[in-house]
Amino acid sequence: MAAGVAAWLPFARAAAIGWMPVANCPMPLAPTEKNKRQDELIILNVSGRRFQTWRTTLERYPDTLLGSTEKEFFFNEDTKEYFFDRDPEVFRCILNFYRTGKLHYPRYECISAYDEELAFYGILPEIIGDCCYEEYKDRKRENAERLMDDNDSENNQEGSMPSLNLRQTMWRAFENPHTSTLALVFYYVTGFFIAVSVITNVVETVPCGTVPGNKELPCGERYAVAFFCLDTACVMIFTVEYLMRLFAAPSRYRFMRSVMSIIDVVAIMPYYIGLVMTNNEDVSGAFVTLRVFRVFRIFKFSRHSQGLRILGYTLKSCASELGFLLFSLTMAIIIFATVMFYAEKGSSASKFTSIPASFWYTIVTMTTLGYGDMVPKTIAGKIFGSICSLSGVLVIALPVPVIVSNFSRIYHQNQRADKRRAQKKARLARIRVAKTGSSSAYLHSKRNGLLNAALELTGSSDDEQHISKSTSLIESQHHHLLHCLEKTTNHEFIDEQLFEQNCMDNSMQNYPSTRSPSLSSNNGGSTSCCSRRNKKTTHLPNSNVPATRLRSMQELSTIHIQCSEQPSLTTSRSSLNMKSEDGLRPNCKTSHLTTAIITIPTPPALTPEGESSPHPTTNISTTCSNIVKVSAL
Amino acid sequence: MYVCFLFFGSDYISIEGSTITLEQDSVEDEMEIATVRHRPEALELLEAQSKFTKKELQILYRGFKNECPSGIVNEETFKEIYSQFFPQGDSTTYAHFLFNAFDTDHNGSVSFEDFIMGLSILLRGTVQEKLNWAFNLYDINKDGYITKEEMLDIMKAIYDMMGKCTYPVLKEDTPRQHVETFFQKMDKNKDGVVTIDEFIESCQKDENIMRSMQLFENVI
Repeated sequence: MAAGVAAWLPFARAAAIGWMPVANCPMPLAPTEKNKRQDELIILNVSGRRFQTWRTTLERYPDTLLGSTEKEFFFNEDTKEYFFDRDPEVFRCILNFYRTGKLHYPRYECISAYDEELAFYGILPEIIGDCCYEEYKDRKRENAERLMDDNDSENNQEGSMPSLNLRQTMWRAFENPHTSTLALVFYYVTGFFIAVSVITNVVETVPCGTVPGNKELPCGERYAVAFFCLDTACVMIFTVEYLMRLFAAPSRYRFMRSVMSIIDVVAIMPYYIGLVMTNNEDVSGAFVTLRVFRVFRIFKFSRHSQGLRILGYTLKSCASELGFLLFSLTMAIIIFATVMFYAEKGSSASKFTSIPASFWYTIVTMTTLGYGDMVPKTIAGKIFGSICSLSGVLVIALPVPVIVSNFSRIYHQNQRADKRRAQKKARLARIRVAKTGSSSAYLHSKRNGLLNAALELTGSSDDEQHISKSTSLIESQHHHLLHCLEKTTNHEFIDEQLFEQNCMDNSMQNYPSTRSPSLSSNNGGSTSCCSRRNKKTTHLPNSNVPATRLRSMQELSTIHIQCSEQPSLTTSRSSLNMKSEDGLRPNCKTSHLTTAIITIPTPPALTPEGESSPHPTTNISTTCSNIVKVSAL
Repeated sequence: MYVCFLFFGSDYISIEGSTITLEQDSVEDEMEIATVRHRPEALELLEAQSKFTKKELQILYRGFKNECPSGIVNEETFKEIYSQFFPQGDSTTYAHFLFNAFDTDHNGSVSFEDFIMGLSILLRGTVQEKLNWAFNLYDINKDGYITKEEMLDIMKAIYDMMGKCTYPVLKEDTPRQHVETFFQKMDKNKDGVVTIDEFIESCQKDENIMRSMQLFENVI
């Protein structure tokens, strides 16, 4: 519960009077304030600057330095004030935390100094409010990265590395050429051969020299053997490199699926296919096409160039904008091509033979290329042609800066959105933790309180001290309020896991479809709570059994046993607090799942602990037979 | 194509425009709400009107002003504050009824005076006054009668505060059964409604209720 609203707790408790006429059970006693001190001002002297606040303000957070008795260590008897030899600027924020319940992080403050102060005063940084949390996390991450970078460079300079096996060394060498000279050499050699291979591909199509017969030959055919040798050498190197990468990769499957390895494969495949297929005349045409794929070797340069990789990533992330540009261009082309076709239909010997043929004109005109191989001849055609070229300027020129700015905006937005998503999860988790914290605090204290009471009755007083945790007055008042609500509604708060366990177990049982006999025997389930209590107290003095057995015994002694409650819940219910929830049939939503009922006359099967409970009472109605939990395995 | 581009462009711009105006509206709304401030009556006056001492009023006001610096509580803030005390369930409906009970002049906000008046009755009032207040709370439409529907609403609101994870599991008609029990106890002439006299009479006869009314006397 946030301390800020602790001031409203009296109001919430007063409003609880609204439940009183509705409740049917008496309410638990209110916790009393043992020593009601008048609120006093205390002086906190931090390096000479004096802060003053109420004592109760500081006591809102009893698990911090200022809220607990730890501050007594800093009490100065002579001046009757608490002296801290720390930074007064940061203390301002910390004191504001006590006052408002929100911890803020000032931007001008150094992150590590702030962290140190928080640690000194015993405040967890997770409580920083949402307004400053993003900033805090960013700065912290930057700082951590900087420290990590420093550590890394230190490590590298020292040269002390843990011993890796051959595979890991090779992989590291491939990914990071600067780690060793061998890797660097390998890097440059492969780069050289990629360049050689690309140049070879280009040069072999250049015509060089003639052969008698007035035919110009490209170099590739003239010096076929030389080119073939070069090609073979390059492919050898590439193959060896690919196999070595495959061997060194930590996850071979993932490596084979990566883009770079696909490029590698596509680059060397044509050569091998060519080797296999040289003698077959029919497919030589296809073989020639395959050689086109050799140009993909140029993409292997992207391993060597960071810029190419970033460009590729950029295009990938900007794909939707590019797609939209393409789409709008296509629309424009189709529209204008249609218009030009119909405009030029009339003229004789028109080149605009069909709409697809007009596409070429439209594209050339809109991109302001204007080859001149297709020109409109009619007046209408010329008019529309000019409109086409004018709009081409707009359509092509305008989206490009939009795309560029879009890209930069989207890129930064993505980064921020990812950050916010990650922090949103953390924020929701924090809210959830706070909520479950307060509710689990209540359940915990309930258990402790009841165990306490049970132990008191059974006479063992030595364990009392270590069970009763000291809860602050505000907490005990809040718990009392929740207890009153429980009494009003005749239901108890439980953990989520217990609740789900309940549901699951109840879904495995089947109850008779008719109403339970309990309702007929009592006037409403709720009034029986008070009468039951009186009955059950008789068991207590004789029993020094754990609460579980008491529970199950009382279960059997009640009239309706068709749904045996969870004995595991006994930790939260001691015998003192026995209510007849038996009267209210648990009715989970999953109750339609019915498994087979095995009716066994002996009740011991009901209690999983296997104790032999006293003989079953004979007034078990015939309609509700003893039901055994069928464990769904 | 130029026309088409304009068409698309204007679509884009008009959407942008409308979002811009929406933002402006909400910002202005926020500024409007923020400028409403309220200063309470003088301390002596409040002391005379309510049954609290000066010191108690001081403590109460400090807590009140901390949560609501503007001096008044509107229903949203009220619900937020109240739900902090009941983390497991949904207390907004009950908080709504409470708000209406505190907002005696029905102007949509609870000032410090309303707050103090309400608390004075609840914590320092006579049993008659407290029961009167409770009746007022249950009587949603303030017509002097509590019908079964009104009581069912209140009951559902109370059960909502328990949340889902209860033992035993909350059934659909548990509130209804509870209302039936309530009416059996309170409705003396069995006419389906509970008047203020029936209510006070029945409560005074019930020992539990009388005892629990005194429970929160020393809250401040």
